[in-house]
Amino acid sequence: MPAVLYVAIGGAIGAPLRYVVDSWVQRKFGPVFPWGTFLINVTGSLVLGFITGLALYHGFPNAPKILIGTGFCGAYTTFSTFVFESVTLGKDGTARVSVLNVFGSVVVGLAAAAVGLLFAAAV
Amino acid sequence: MPDGQSGQQLPDASPQLPVDPDRPPFVPNVRTVRGRLDIIAVIAAGGVLGALGRYGLAVALPTRTGQFPWGTFCTNVTGSLILGALLALVVSRYAHTRYLRPFLGTGVIGAYTTFSTYTVEADLLVRDGHALLAIGYVLASLLAGLVAVWLGIYAGTAISGWGRR
Repeated sequence: MPAVLYVAIGGAIGAPLRYVVDSWVQRKFGPVFPWGTFLINVTGSLVLGFITGLALYHGFPNAPKILIGTGFCGAYTTFSTFVFESVTLGKDGTARVSVLNVFGSVVVGLAAAAVGLLFAAAV
Repeated sequence: MPDGQSGQQLPDASPQLPVDPDRPPFVPNVRTVRGRLDIIAVIAAGGVLGALGRYGLAVALPTRTGQFPWGTFCTNVTGSLILGALLALVVSRYAHTRYLRPFLGTGVIGAYTTFSTYTVEADLLVRDGHALLAIGYVLASLLAGLVAVWLGIYAGTAISGWGRR
């Protein structure tokens, strides 16, 4: 199967899952802080770190790597919504929450990806 | 669709983005996924297009070990610009549409841009001994993405005002 098909299948699952998770988290925690996007980006970074680590250290095959990594994790996580929410939070006069969202998401996301990579290296 | 809930839904059913520039935060009032299966299908279709667009750009601008990941950077910055413009337009002009925002915003642009590739690429740069480049990549993406989304909102708001004067 060509790689574009794996990307398409992963995208068809990742994007709607982001919507479902985000709706669920927002209902639980409310719209004060974008916890939905935060949780999505952190968990997606963890999974992509793990898959990338499996490919780097254990020769994980290319087809599932493209399906889960490029297709699913790429579509599940989102950069545009993250920066949009950060800008609109700032506009609404909650600049501190906005800065917290920007740096919190990046720092925790980088850490989650590193945990995924290290875990894959260790298994 | 045989459910009694979709009638309660606000016209643009996209709780993906809680903070809108011109509106109070959207609180979804349809509690089940079943009541939004059409929205989910539309997002899946958009997700296919967005993921393929990102893959195409990644193939065109491949990231080499130890170098600045231009492919992801360009994807995320262009996607942020488009999302800003799109949401400004949707809020001011197309708030009555049910599928426009889920399809283009949540689906296409949400799947086109990516956070996980961004964080993993930065970590791999650190692993390969390019910590400064990693910091530069992280900060440049953030700064360019924030400016892009702001410019997009500005442009979208301007465009939506044109036909009204």
